[in-house]
Amino acid sequence: MLKPRTTEKIAKFIMWVAAILTVTFLVLVLGYILLNGLPKVSWEFLTTEPEAMGAKGGIFSTIISTVIFTLVTLVMSVPVGVLAAIYLTEYMSRGPVAGVIRFGTDALAGIPSIVFGLFGFAFFVVLLKPVTGGWSLISGSLTAAIMILPTIIRTTEEAIKAVPVSYREGSYALGATKWQTVSRTVLPSALPGIITGVILGIGRAVGETAALLLTLGGSLFIPLSLTEPASTMSMHLYKVAMEVGAMDMAFATASVLIISVLLINTGANVILSGLKRRTTA
Amino acid sequence: MDNAQIKIHTKDLNLFYGDNQALKSVNIQVEEKRVTALIGPSGCGKSTFLKTLNRMNDLIPYVKIHGEIYLDNLNCYQDYDIVELRKRVGMVFQKPNPFPMSIYDNIAYGPRVHGLKAKAALHDIVERSLRKAALWEEVKDRLKHSALGLSGGQQQRLCIARVLAVEPEVVLMDEPTSALDPMATLKIEDLVQELKSNYTIIIVTHNMQQAARTSDRTAFFLHGEIVEYGATEKIFNVPKDKRTEDYITGRFG
Repeated sequence: MLKPRTTEKIAKFIMWVAAILTVTFLVLVLGYILLNGLPKVSWEFLTTEPEAMGAKGGIFSTIISTVIFTLVTLVMSVPVGVLAAIYLTEYMSRGPVAGVIRFGTDALAGIPSIVFGLFGFAFFVVLLKPVTGGWSLISGSLTAAIMILPTIIRTTEEAIKAVPVSYREGSYALGATKWQTVSRTVLPSALPGIITGVILGIGRAVGETAALLLTLGGSLFIPLSLTEPASTMSMHLYKVAMEVGAMDMAFATASVLIISVLLINTGANVILSGLKRRTTA
Repeated sequence: MDNAQIKIHTKDLNLFYGDNQALKSVNIQVEEKRVTALIGPSGCGKSTFLKTLNRMNDLIPYVKIHGEIYLDNLNCYQDYDIVELRKRVGMVFQKPNPFPMSIYDNIAYGPRVHGLKAKAALHDIVERSLRKAALWEEVKDRLKHSALGLSGGQQQRLCIARVLAVEPEVVLMDEPTSALDPMATLKIEDLVQELKSNYTIIIVTHNMQQAARTSDRTAFFLHGEIVEYGATEKIFNVPKDKRTEDYITGRFG
């Protein structure tokens, strides 16, 4: 038998090793990519169009396409996801229909993205070609929107559930209707949580590659309408690395991608702490 | 005392949580512009009864209610729109529950929900309500600050002001001081005395002294029934029922 103090030490040591391993891998991955990529990143790299399939030039059009693609995806998924979550939690939290919908969203969340891509290709690109223009910004965004919908629904639901019942009671007791209570009390309180969900959604949209290879088209021009094809940074990264074989360009693109995700997260945290300060101080 | 009008009365009110009967044939007549205290041990149904009066029990699934409740001789469950009923019958909760917004927005919440938009009128109501709740002097310089920064006692008076802002006729208080310190409790009790000239107040309390100090009439609840109901000084000095006497002298509960 080991003494309690000894087991305590062993447990602590194992956890310490796990933590160190995690940090090490994170530093290794980030360091390797940034070391290989950053030297190539310059103002010129960010602001010139790709040449020779991305082997030369910059990544300007893919940055713009990523921003447009993410915005379009969010515009289509956030309102639907948030409203669905409100309906699920506030209007029909019990009953078989809610159970089925919850099961559905959970199942949807676990599906590999390439499967969404296949669906998007068959449905939006092929079947709805007259409307979507085939491989296009709208086909890719719709596919990605369906993909991130479960994330947004789930996080919004959790955020709404975390709003104290006493807020709702207080509102109802003043004679507010359900919608007034939801829109004036519940949603503002749940906003930080909802924004977290949206950020997770942005992360998935920006990082998604497999589903987009089947739906977005991969054009290196800036799309001028929703029905034109486009290429996001992560898609471009895949193509440059695997089809063109320009590893230096791939690493540079990856560096820009990592830095933008870090910037988005930091910005979101600033907004979140601002929101929390507004309601508590 | 005898010429008081009846504001609320119930007829054979029964309430079930699923199969569990929480209220049994409750018949009570609540007088207008008086303070009525509801006392009794935990789980006796006094809070449940209170919540039937502004239909807060509607929010809980599996609640079944039989019998009738009248406010000004109109049936609360049939003749009133629920919004209208809750406007007339306000409620203060056990734990202060200010919304996570400014003091001003908390008070203006009710009037805004009922459609008031004019700034001047809102400003008037906010000031008037805070004065009525004896909070104005303490918060007049920080109306735009979050209500969550107030002390517990201030928060509870804010919640009372928030209720008064919708100009109710009846104010229900569900153990309003149970989360407060003695000084804050005293302030709320003084406030109740001031408010009774304009409002009908029903207060649920675990605190015998509080019931004795603040109320004109007291109802003693036990196992979902009203055991005894009458003038507070009679209930506390010459209770008719042995169980009432046992409870107020602290033999159980």
